[in-house]
Amino acid sequence: MDLLPVILTIITASTPLLLAATGELITEKSGVLNLGVEGMMLIGAIAAFATAVSTGSALLAILAGAFSGALVASIFAVLTLIFLANQVATGLALTIFGVGLSALIGSNFVGVALEPLPKLNVDGLSTIPILGKILFNHDVLVYLSFGMIFLVGWFLSKTRAGLILRAVGESHDSAHALGYSIITVRYLAVIFGGFMSGLGGSYLSLVYTPLWAENMTAGRGWIALALVVFGTWRAGRVAFGAYLFGTITILQLHVQGWGINIASQFMTMLPYIATIVVLVLISRDKGRIRMNAPQCIGKPFHPSK
Amino acid sequence: MAPLLKLSGVTKSFPGILANDNVDLNVMPGEIHALLGENGAGKSTLVKIIYGLLKPDSGLLEWQGTPLKLLGPSEARALGIGMVFQHFSLFDALTVCENIAIASDSNLSLKTLHSKIMEVSEDYGLPLDPDRYVHSLSVGEKQRIEIIRCLLQSPKLLILDEPTSVLTPQEAKNLFVTLETLAASGCAILYISHKLEEVKRLCMKATILRNGAVVATCDPRLETARTMAERMIGSKLNNIQRRKSPESGRPRVRINKLSLKSSDPFGIDLKSISLNVSRGEVVGIAGVAGNGQNELMAALSGEVIQSYPNDTIVFDDICVAGMRVSERRAMGSCFVPEERYGHAAIKEMSLKDNALLTSSKNINLVKKGLLQFDAINDLTEKIIFDFDVRTTGSKMESGSLSGGNLQKFILGREILQEPGILIISQPTWGVDAGAALVLRKSLLELAARGCAVLIISQDLDEIFEICDRIAVLYQGNLSALMDTETASMDQVGLLMGGGNGE
Repeated sequence: MDLLPVILTIITASTPLLLAATGELITEKSGVLNLGVEGMMLIGAIAAFATAVSTGSALLAILAGAFSGALVASIFAVLTLIFLANQVATGLALTIFGVGLSALIGSNFVGVALEPLPKLNVDGLSTIPILGKILFNHDVLVYLSFGMIFLVGWFLSKTRAGLILRAVGESHDSAHALGYSIITVRYLAVIFGGFMSGLGGSYLSLVYTPLWAENMTAGRGWIALALVVFGTWRAGRVAFGAYLFGTITILQLHVQGWGINIASQFMTMLPYIATIVVLVLISRDKGRIRMNAPQCIGKPFHPSK
Repeated sequence: MAPLLKLSGVTKSFPGILANDNVDLNVMPGEIHALLGENGAGKSTLVKIIYGLLKPDSGLLEWQGTPLKLLGPSEARALGIGMVFQHFSLFDALTVCENIAIASDSNLSLKTLHSKIMEVSEDYGLPLDPDRYVHSLSVGEKQRIEIIRCLLQSPKLLILDEPTSVLTPQEAKNLFVTLETLAASGCAILYISHKLEEVKRLCMKATILRNGAVVATCDPRLETARTMAERMIGSKLNNIQRRKSPESGRPRVRINKLSLKSSDPFGIDLKSISLNVSRGEVVGIAGVAGNGQNELMAALSGEVIQSYPNDTIVFDDICVAGMRVSERRAMGSCFVPEERYGHAAIKEMSLKDNALLTSSKNINLVKKGLLQFDAINDLTEKIIFDFDVRTTGSKMESGSLSGGNLQKFILGREILQEPGILIISQPTWGVDAGAALVLRKSLLELAARGCAVLIISQDLDEIFEICDRIAVLYQGNLSALMDTETASMDQVGLLMGGGNGE
């Protein structure tokens, strides 16, 4: 059996999850829980698709996807950080809003086909048998997803700005007492989360299935949220989780193809069951959660208190 | 010599309260200056103004002779003003080095900072490993971080808000040596404390606040703790009458070889703890915070229930190890945990609702499942009046009260229930001298009426003042019980630090 196409599809399936989870990791590390990832991904997906269809420019499409995600996130930021709206309720509303708005914009684009993003070949390396195909023959977003998670991991552990971000998420009262602006830090973190979710959405509509379909994220935003917890707020583990999930998603398709006699409905459930099982297992280890989980997550910050 | 810091006519008001009323204050270089006052006298507000966290409504601040307008704490730090908070502003999930990095305004790399921390900790005799995670440190070590973080900025003025309330006597002595070294090198120190004996020992000058206004300045070395306390509260202070030890009655609380694994990953496991408290007796458990106090409190109150109930915890001859909090309370036991906001009281709810929460078994408050508002009101007013809770009314959110004031309310709520067993963690932590005296007196009176009182406290003065017997909790082990009459402060202090008390 030829494993190469399987590996390539695994990378394709994992990339949108990794992009969105990277953004949510930063958002949550600052102490904000944005449950609107699904909505931001959908808005990013339709913005990227619409731009690609109307301009034909892949670069503009990607930018449109990312910035529209950031724009929607800024609505969330204003509501929760300035008007102190409940983060859970606002995040859920953002998802519902994203589903509706993307369907509205997308109604003109149903059935339009699009050329997928070009593969970027690295001269000399892409032609290496097998390894070249796996490592050096992807579109720009795949490289970006790796670059960003690496950058985020380095940012959180090695830079002063990353330290401030972690401190704000750990104890906003202490950080405030030291004179840091909680609102600014969280605002930027939420915007970054939206930006990355928008990129994840763009990947779906530009590469994964270069078509627009209503609700095409199909729960990936929620998976990305779960991945952050799954990875116990560590960049490396989040990346591992994204690829594990992508692998299970793709393998269950192939298992069906190999004629193994398990009900297909059960196989489709598998990635989600795996997520739940892992989340439960991780929650048992309180020490690990306590070390990495931002303590102030979901708590509104009011400077007078 | 010109003062380093000069405050003239500083006034600050919050809705419903005048926190600082026309305050004048002079701090000279190299001076250790005490700021004294009851809870709510305005000390914290004043130092927050000096540190730039609050802006005064009116009045003038001068720093080395030039007028000072602070926009925030980072400006204050740039001038050389450092502050060690009462409640540490530390981040548990970060290392010592990261914690200091985040509070410094300079852009040093973590590596440079690392060696600088080692240097300062060496110079001032404050041992501290920069790579440890904060959650693994003792309270005394945590305070060292705060002090080192201030020292790194070579401060000209260091503000300490109740620095010794969490330290063992030995740790406190070390701190005094550090502070004296610092003062000798020209740094001024503004020192807030309720412990008047240590103010007398350490400080050269004291400014006393009452209701937001300066009522006196004095030289603590020429005063006694009593005269200073009386100036703080503005009236005569009555002594606690130490009563005779009760004849050994039957034990109301028996703890037999209680071992408990902590549910908190950074907690301390309890190791075979045994203890009796008799009718009319007050027993004190001393120890530095983080040595199993929270775990012991949770086991005794029933917040943690043992899965194999046996006779490890017996109240009034009934085994309660497997009972929930409400069942234990229904037996006439009351509990006051250490954390006031959110644990002993719900800070978003009114005083009335909080009064109801633990007193609901009182049949007058709830009839056929319906709340009796008049009765609840009367009870709340009674607690506020009897225990002198400073508040604008029973409808106030409990979170709006200062820690000391809320503690008076919470203790009042439990004492008025006339419990047979009362278990309290840190009964007078952060409560001023006058109010602490009232609370301690009412605890003694309660014991005299037959209640068994168990106190878990870090405050040795308090324990020696009211307890009949004392034990020390260290790393989850409880020492043997000592009679207060024969025990010495030094011996208990050593046990608190892990020594063998010899």
